[in-house]
Amino acid sequence: MRVIEIPMLALQRKVGVNRLAWAFLLPNLILFGLFAFLPVILNVFYAMTGGDNVLLVDRPQVGTRNFATLLDCQNYLDANSCREDKFWRAVWNTVRFVILQVGIMVGFALLTAIILNRDIRARGFFRSVFFFPVLLSPVVVALIWKWILQREGVLNAFLDWTGVGGINWLVDAQWAFVWSVFISVWAHMGFYTLILLAGLQAIPRDVYEAALMDRAGAWRTFRRITLPLLAPTMLVVLILALIKGVQTFDEVYAFTGGGPGTATTFIIQYIYEEGFAGAPRLFGLAAAASLLVAGVLVVLTLIQLRISRNNVDG
Amino acid sequence: MGRVFSFLTATRGKGRLHWTDWVSYAYLIFGIFLMFAPVVWLVLSSFKSANELDRFPPRFLPYAQETVEIDGLDDPLLAFTVIDGDLTGQVVGQTRRAAGRAEVIVPSNPDERIRLTVDQLEPIEGVAFATENYTQLFERFNFLRFFWNSTFITITATLLMLLVNSMAAFALSKYEFKGRTSVLLIVIGTLMIPQTVVLVPLFLIVTELGMFNSLWGVIIPGAATPTGVFLLRQYMITIPDEILDAARMDKASEWKIFWRIIIPLSAPAIAVLAILAIMWRWNDFLWPLIVLTRTENFTLQLALNSFQGELQTDWPSLLAMTVLTLLPIAAVFMFLQKYIATGIASTGGK
Repeated sequence: MRVIEIPMLALQRKVGVNRLAWAFLLPNLILFGLFAFLPVILNVFYAMTGGDNVLLVDRPQVGTRNFATLLDCQNYLDANSCREDKFWRAVWNTVRFVILQVGIMVGFALLTAIILNRDIRARGFFRSVFFFPVLLSPVVVALIWKWILQREGVLNAFLDWTGVGGINWLVDAQWAFVWSVFISVWAHMGFYTLILLAGLQAIPRDVYEAALMDRAGAWRTFRRITLPLLAPTMLVVLILALIKGVQTFDEVYAFTGGGPGTATTFIIQYIYEEGFAGAPRLFGLAAAASLLVAGVLVVLTLIQLRISRNNVDG
Repeated sequence: MGRVFSFLTATRGKGRLHWTDWVSYAYLIFGIFLMFAPVVWLVLSSFKSANELDRFPPRFLPYAQETVEIDGLDDPLLAFTVIDGDLTGQVVGQTRRAAGRAEVIVPSNPDERIRLTVDQLEPIEGVAFATENYTQLFERFNFLRFFWNSTFITITATLLMLLVNSMAAFALSKYEFKGRTSVLLIVIGTLMIPQTVVLVPLFLIVTELGMFNSLWGVIIPGAATPTGVFLLRQYMITIPDEILDAARMDKASEWKIFWRIIIPLSAPAIAVLAILAIMWRWNDFLWPLIVLTRTENFTLQLALNSFQGELQTDWPSLLAMTVLTLLPIAAVFMFLQKYIATGIASTGGK
């Protein structure tokens, strides 16, 4: 590390100890500037230009036309009545997906955390059992379940055996959507379980002992003590899950490719396909769509930061 | 069994199981099944031959037909049991099969060839792990290339991230300087800019820097992360300033203090961050998918994804490749799961 040490020492002699902090910050700030803040600004410019050139100077100004294209709808609830119907399909798919996925996932994560918080044997082991899928890559998760769900897969073999009969799961729009929700819950639940478990363990024991003294029943204790004291953690988990849910892409893309048709195409896939996968590459439209997503995410993140700060303060 | 039972039933210190305990354990055991069975099924399947994979309904373990050695023949023959006719119960080796008829040899009488119908024969099968799915990967695909790309990205990106983020965390935790609050706000601000919403301009910047279709285009944009800075800063704040002052008395340079004192003392936090970074980079998908478009630059994740499109039916290779992609992460999990749990709980993810 002498390559860094010598110039840093020279710099230290020149500017003094305290201003050397900027030298330590510099690489980080350059990276943040170049790959986080500059893109945010450029994104606005992209959203205001058209054509399929990458360089901004080659792109014609179109004002708000990209937004107009995206938002041109007779009835926002009906994607077919929109000019950019694929965008609205993706939007409504994402909304449906996020509501289902976050609801089911946080529900099961809470249940699992409560069970893991009981006086059970081998808690560490069980905790890592539920956490294990979190580590798997999205593509691996998708392929594992694709292999199970394929037409001649093990699930259909089981259903044949019980007499129900197999279903070609990923060819059916409804089922493909249901399974997308399922694999996403399967893959991420352990993460939220872990956070909720930490929240449960932070509730002081003596509160429960007091409840026991007052002969409060198990259900009452849960309703009146556990849930209120867990509420802040629960809120953080909900917001985090929403933030990640809106950005769902990897595992579902590898799982169904967004299909059949557009049944499992979500908003990030729409951006990816407009901007990068299709020809011509409609960077303007993709940027406009990502600005709309960014708006939603900023609101969610602000709420999350607000809650986290209240937690720390209170 | 007795020990297993007493292990499972010993709860709540009262010696008796409440019904809620039964429900809890039932739930947890179902959890084990639901979380592990799909992975076990994947691994078992990856050791099945192509024929066995086509079989429906599938069998749990990989099977292969056994063979018999016949005196006077070079190659072993496929083994069958005769289930009908004079030879019922005998083990025979099949030499030929065509149009519903088979020619077989009884091992004790190697010179005589007997003709039977196919339905008189039942194949003898034993559990056998076929490794050809794996060896095929190295012969037919550029598997090592993808593995190397993934490894290079993961290691380089993790080291770079640790260096850059710990430098920033050091500055933000151990120096009093004008503008520190604004820098902290900037770092918090970047929390609000996930990669997924700036894909288009990020693509332009990376292209302009000449990093399109280069592994560096994947490595560098994510090298500074706000959570990394915060995690390390929270830890470094707890290191007493007296240690730094003592080092300064000894005329140690600031870089030396950082490198020789702060970094070693922050090892636990750095380890947690390193594990998170490794997991994130190894599993990363969307950004590499945009930056790396040439097959020779593919990471394992990209290769897996593109092969499942191209080779719709080539499950044997695909399964083996999936297992090999999963393996490094599974190893990390087994050795470091305790750190991972604390790391995730303290940062809330990447």
